[in-house]
Amino acid sequence: MIPELGHFALILALCLALIQASLPLLGAWRGRAGWMAVARPAAVGQFVFVALSYAALTYAFVANDFSVLYVAHNSNSELPLVYRVSAVWGSHEGSLLLWMLVLAGWTLAVAAFSRSLNPYFAARVLAVMGLISIGFLAFVLFTSNPFERLVPGALEGRDLNPLLQDPGMAVHPPMLYMGYVGFSVAFAFAIAALMGGRLDGAWARWSRPWTTVAWAFLTFGITLGSWWAYNELGWGGWWFWDPVENASFMPWLVGTALVHSLAVSEKRDGFKSWTVLLAIFAFSLSLLGTFLVRSGVLNSVHAFATDPARGLFILGFLAVVIGGSLGLYAWRAPRVRSTGHFALVSRESALLFNNALLVVAAASILLGTLYPLFLDALGLGKISVGPPYFDAVFVPLMLVLLVLLGFGPMARWKQDRVGRIWHGLRGAAVVAVAALILAAVFYASEHLVLVASLALAVWITATTLLGLWRRLRTPAAGRIRRPPRAFVGMTLAHLGVAVFTVGVAVSGAFSTERDVRLAPGEHYPMGPYTFTFQGVDSVQGPNYTASRGMVEVQRDGAPVSVLYAEKRIYPVRGAAMTEAAVDAGVFRDLYVALGEPLGGGSWSLRLYHKPFMRWIWFGGLMMMFGGLLAASDRRYRTVQVRQPEGALAQEAGRVHV
Amino acid sequence: MTRRQRRMALVGVLVLGVGAAVALALSAFEENLLYFISPSEVVAGDAPADRAFRLGGMVEEGSVQRESQGLRVHFVLTDYAQRVPVAYDGILPDLFREGQGIVAKGHLDAEGVFVASEVLAKHDETYMPPEVADALKKAEGKAPAPQP
Repeated sequence: MIPELGHFALILALCLALIQASLPLLGAWRGRAGWMAVARPAAVGQFVFVALSYAALTYAFVANDFSVLYVAHNSNSELPLVYRVSAVWGSHEGSLLLWMLVLAGWTLAVAAFSRSLNPYFAARVLAVMGLISIGFLAFVLFTSNPFERLVPGALEGRDLNPLLQDPGMAVHPPMLYMGYVGFSVAFAFAIAALMGGRLDGAWARWSRPWTTVAWAFLTFGITLGSWWAYNELGWGGWWFWDPVENASFMPWLVGTALVHSLAVSEKRDGFKSWTVLLAIFAFSLSLLGTFLVRSGVLNSVHAFATDPARGLFILGFLAVVIGGSLGLYAWRAPRVRSTGHFALVSRESALLFNNALLVVAAASILLGTLYPLFLDALGLGKISVGPPYFDAVFVPLMLVLLVLLGFGPMARWKQDRVGRIWHGLRGAAVVAVAALILAAVFYASEHLVLVASLALAVWITATTLLGLWRRLRTPAAGRIRRPPRAFVGMTLAHLGVAVFTVGVAVSGAFSTERDVRLAPGEHYPMGPYTFTFQGVDSVQGPNYTASRGMVEVQRDGAPVSVLYAEKRIYPVRGAAMTEAAVDAGVFRDLYVALGEPLGGGSWSLRLYHKPFMRWIWFGGLMMMFGGLLAASDRRYRTVQVRQPEGALAQEAGRVHV
Repeated sequence: MTRRQRRMALVGVLVLGVGAAVALALSAFEENLLYFISPSEVVAGDAPADRAFRLGGMVEEGSVQRESQGLRVHFVLTDYAQRVPVAYDGILPDLFREGQGIVAKGHLDAEGVFVASEVLAKHDETYMPPEVADALKKAEGKAPAPQP
């Protein structure tokens, strides 16, 4: 009964979405305040029904209702409760419902915090979000109903994919979706602004915190995904350039460009049509990412479903969203005039190059991700491009971006002089060059990227701290000025980039990775560390059995840690899973994963020493917190969009013309 | 500089930069392109001799042999029409087993042994890499149709 209620609630949500998408839009067109006012209650109602539906599916999982097909495929009565709750988004249907819940949540937030917005604009924004809802609800209801019954019901479920039975993976999709779907707000703002023909500073100021929060969530989601892959996939990498990862990374890159271009739109009234275009791209790539991962186009750990009806719907939906918004852009954008002019040497120029680099990087990843799919679809052969391609393109682009990152925040808006910027950055440049020489002396030529990365990390840190110091210092000596949160957030995020860079460069250059064959009692030396294999015993988990290998680690004879690496067998799916054991530290990770039994008690083992691994994820977290801090700046909260007298009537009149 | 000149300079720098990036991307793409080759194609001599490629097929039953020292393992990949011997140094993935469809990345040595640098076997036990399914179909479809 409860699954049917959930299904019914979803249908009601679709009805409300239809109302939310149509009436306010007509109202904004015809100047009917009453029709526009429908948007908010419709958004609230839609959220309530989607949440009810989501709760119904969660209930089915918690109560082990294996008469629901989706539950029977993705759960098991032996599955621990926390994974039964997270199993809701463990596969295609449920993850789309989660997507829908997040969208309804963002819509609710927009409805709640848009009261001081121009009512025409707010109505259009909510209507656009309603349109997106319609697409997703229709997709769920017509092609991917998670409430479909299994008759007769199964006695036992097929269990959740063991790869997903991990805390990192339990939290990763919701965070990622918060980011993906959050870009729908930026998208809706852009589309609404295009419809109304008004892209002013207020529009940019309104979009900015929403975009930044979405970006922060996406950053967190990707960071979590990387950490999960490191722990769970059993070969100790943190990024594989897998299409699944690229799918989330492309919107991140474009979103990062958007966050920066919005700054110009807000402060200088510039880059406006470009910003709109980025908002459209960021959301389109989010949709593409969701569908790439969830439609089964890719043969990868995330993609479980294959169904032509879904594929056609997805292609149609993407075509409508991308085609429709670009069409609107082509029609409306020529009217948008940026008033802010800027000189060649200015912060605007720096941000322009930032945007160019990020977008080119995203495009090169898009090429590497989609081109093989296209060839395959056209029957022209099966190819793939591996990590070397992505590294070869991405790393040089980012190194240039890191150089730029030092200058950008120091440059003045509109017009600056090279001499002045240089004067301000001399100190930082000296430190960075000293770091470069030092790194080059120590690590010589065999680690060119490492040397460049370390010097650049120092460069970014020095310039960022210099900028902070300037802000703190007041003309009156001895007093400290409190900088705005937006500035602190930017500082934190940029320092995060430096930390991340150090982590990537050092762990990349100095990791020691050995696959070895060890019998119990044998040991393997690695630098100052000695790994001693103490044999394997067997462990019984709630829904798996595991062989657990014990490895003692000593450093110069003193015990450091005992690592228990597991090889789990999940009998329901007949799946084997490697559960790596990690001794994490600020400056190094010790990583042990169990391979296979080789007879006579011997096992193959992966033994890794990976310096500075934590810095990669810590840098990601710093970027996320920086984003959240920046979005909480007071200027976004106290913003009052002042309307000149009669502006509303004027707007209504203008649209008629 | 006039405003027009400034703008042209900016556009020029951007075009140069983007052009360089595109050239970089395309050459890296060309260099790192990996073709997928089936065992039949390898035996027919269609595999590139001087660059790495991806080989996919079923791990032949009873073909997996480990050396008594070290981690080297030998097995045979087949599309049920032709067989290619494979050597690999390292730890096989969790889902590697005989009768399973896998994809390996590597190159052919002088003796016609495929030396793998990476072995991929993803997904669950009923899964078949699409490339492998395709290769099997081409090789006269003696294998039962795989269920994705």
